[in-house]
Amino acid sequence: MISREDVVDTAALARLDLSEEEIERLTQELGKITDYVQQLAEVDIEQVKLGGESFNLSNVWREDEVAPSLKPEALLGNAPHAEAGYLRVPKIVE
Amino acid sequence: MSDLIERSARDIAESVRSKKLKASEVAEAFCQRVQALDSKLHALLAFDADAVIAEAKKIDESGATGRLAGVPIVAKDNLQVLGHKLTCGSKILGDYTSPYDATAIARLRAEGALIIGKSNMDEFAMGSSCEYSAFGPTFNPWDLERVPGGSSGGSAAAVAASFAPISLGSDTGGSIRQPAAFTGTVGFKPTYGRVSRYGLVAFGSSLDQIGPFARSIGDAALVTEIMGGCDPNDATSLPDASPKLVDALGTGSLKGKKFGLIRSHLGKGCEEGVREAVLKTCKQVEQAGGEIIDIEMPNTAYSVQVYYILATSEASSNLARFDGVRYGARESEDGLLNMYMQSRGKGFGKEVKRRIMLGTYALSAGYQDAYYKRALKVRNLIADEFAATFEKVDYIIGPTTPDTAFKLGANMTDPLAMYLCDIYTISANLSGVPALSLPAGVDNLGLPIGVQLQARHGADADLIGIAHEMEKLIGFDAKPALA
Repeated sequence: MISREDVVDTAALARLDLSEEEIERLTQELGKITDYVQQLAEVDIEQVKLGGESFNLSNVWREDEVAPSLKPEALLGNAPHAEAGYLRVPKIVE
Repeated sequence: MSDLIERSARDIAESVRSKKLKASEVAEAFCQRVQALDSKLHALLAFDADAVIAEAKKIDESGATGRLAGVPIVAKDNLQVLGHKLTCGSKILGDYTSPYDATAIARLRAEGALIIGKSNMDEFAMGSSCEYSAFGPTFNPWDLERVPGGSSGGSAAAVAASFAPISLGSDTGGSIRQPAAFTGTVGFKPTYGRVSRYGLVAFGSSLDQIGPFARSIGDAALVTEIMGGCDPNDATSLPDASPKLVDALGTGSLKGKKFGLIRSHLGKGCEEGVREAVLKTCKQVEQAGGEIIDIEMPNTAYSVQVYYILATSEASSNLARFDGVRYGARESEDGLLNMYMQSRGKGFGKEVKRRIMLGTYALSAGYQDAYYKRALKVRNLIADEFAATFEKVDYIIGPTTPDTAFKLGANMTDPLAMYLCDIYTISANLSGVPALSLPAGVDNLGLPIGVQLQARHGADADLIGIAHEMEKLIGFDAKPALA
């Protein structure tokens, strides 16, 4: 079960503009899915650590050296609105 | 020349290197095949025959000496291929054109391979049928009323229809192996980290792997060996060089090897044809000197739940970058918030929105402990269970999917029904172990069935070696009935 309010709040967090129909539908569907994943509550995780020990992971480091990267012009080529080598966006700070 | 499109990648490369064939002749043959059939299959989203032939001619001019000289390859449309359009099966990327090659693509191109097109996929790799593509589904070459599987459905269909001897997919919960099973092709998901993810548009970063579709283990081995190996651009890539997968061919032996089988996976929920094919393969393994051992992996029963929390959580973060700022569609400039909400609201499809919502919810304050952190811990239990199982057996054998290719529309009304397609494949992504699907027969409708093999973490060469032997035993030679 998930409330309509939860769906509206989550959509705001996810920056998703949802129609009324979508909100109603998602309330049903997400409710069903969250009920299903609730089964995980029956697993005994008392002794289980949160870290990645099971995966033998370690951080990867490199020297802080400047090296060539992708060219800005190539990357700006895909921008919806680029100007003078910058990305143009709506005003952020009043 | 008509049998050229049936030849293996290794065969074609050898012929091009020894100048028996020109890369442009090879390209010509496969382009004709695509032009003849893709209007029926819709496997490809982007295909430019002239550009392909031009590139093939350049390969000829430069000497054509690579291990994949002149070999055509189709790439899933979530892989960056320099100069090609990239959509991820979505409208939100607009006319985005790749400014670089993914590492996997660059390595293949360096060996003379030719990327001939980008293939259709479920939007942002979220789906098991290719029906969630924003550009319409791909149809299964074995039965045009059925799905090819997903999310790498276009790539699977392309190889099944001989558009190329090799295609590339990505596998986050089974998106290479399930379509391989549905299309009678070999699909391989290497150990997590074996192939660099640099240039693969991220869905679930701790789960995603690039892998090949092929008509033989040998071709899958060659392609994976070339793509694989440590990459400084992907901090999650394994530190070792690529394992010698081609050398592993012919070294596998079934004698004395232990194959674990979770018998309950063949019980309720598993289609009869699939069960029969898997049991037949198990008999063949025993006849060749291998041992089938019943195993239980109780924590893997929670795989689907764990996956749909972790993958969606990671996806909600990874897909935050599609905001109308740097690339893709921008729906509004009427304030920053509107730009985000409308670009994303209009640009993303149903399933993608569903998963972003689920992931955002699972990570949000108040729910993170109950969902995300709990799922992480159960994932650790599943990984430990795999490690413990591989102390007792050498490989795990079983069905790749509970059913064969379903009809278009069959699983669209209930999201959970679609999620359960991945029930046998998901745990390999959660634990990181290498896994592949081998075509093992057809059911009474003539639809292909896949047998899945898994090996311990890092044992890609071992898995390839044994799969090569099993491929010989199975002797799968059925072909899709295409006009």
